[in-house]
Amino acid sequence: MSLARLLCVLAGGALFGLGLAVSTMVQPEVVISFLRLKDLGLLAVLGSAVMTTLVAYQLAPRLLKRPLLGGAFQKHAVTPGARTILGAAIFGVGWGLSGVCPGPAVAGLGTGNWPLLLALAGLFAGAWVQGRFFAR
Amino acid sequence: MESPFPLGLLHYAFGGVLIGLGVSLLYVATGLVGGTSSFFSSTLSWFSRAPGLREERYVASRSWRLVYAAGFVLGAFAFAVLAPGAVAITQVPAWQLVLGGFLAGFGARLANGCTAGHGICGIASMQVPSLLAVLTFLATAIGTAHLVGWLK
Repeated sequence: MSLARLLCVLAGGALFGLGLAVSTMVQPEVVISFLRLKDLGLLAVLGSAVMTTLVAYQLAPRLLKRPLLGGAFQKHAVTPGARTILGAAIFGVGWGLSGVCPGPAVAGLGTGNWPLLLALAGLFAGAWVQGRFFAR
Repeated sequence: MESPFPLGLLHYAFGGVLIGLGVSLLYVATGLVGGTSSFFSSTLSWFSRAPGLREERYVASRSWRLVYAAGFVLGAFAFAVLAPGAVAITQVPAWQLVLGGFLAGFGARLANGCTAGHGICGIASMQVPSLLAVLTFLATAIGTAHLVGWLK
């Protein structure tokens, strides 16, 4: 992978991480407060992120033959079916219990929210068990 | 409920736009789809010989996903430098972080997507299964958070 591509990946990740910190999504308490329907801010985060991404996802493949740095426009791999729904249901239970999802678990470390390392360890362990015993 | 946004709305909306710009930059420049939970499986592909963790999509993406994750830490660190003391250390009990993280990691990989992959990338590419996944995890997460609140 070329240096320019890697720098764009890093910058994209940095914007994502900055956004998670600005929107306080790196604080599990804020997420839990949403899930208890006390502060609906998370819907605003999700909504504005989706709207922004929607513009890029819909326009870029129409305006550009290929991505600016080459390659091809990829698609989020989704397979309809029981695995997706069952997995989402289990994911939600974990998210509701901890107030942590993958992005904030990683980004939160940058803000010095160290207990998120525990969630990160759990996330890796869960992904390992899935890949080791429940792969397609 | 006094206001649906007792802490204000602007920082939520602005943060969401920044997240969307990050995913958009990644896509427009490289064509890559910026979900997050694949990072765990793709990183494990360096250490595990399990076929389910050695899938081509993980091995092929593990380098950029690691750089992407490093970007997350860097961006959040920049915020911590610009606004020191803005982020409180979480008081959520350790067992909830570990067990919740475990279930979230397992479920996200089974569903092949989390709040970023299905919630942002999936909905933004108008995929119905992603929308169904989002509605499902919102329902179980809201139920679980209420249950934990009642038990305390």
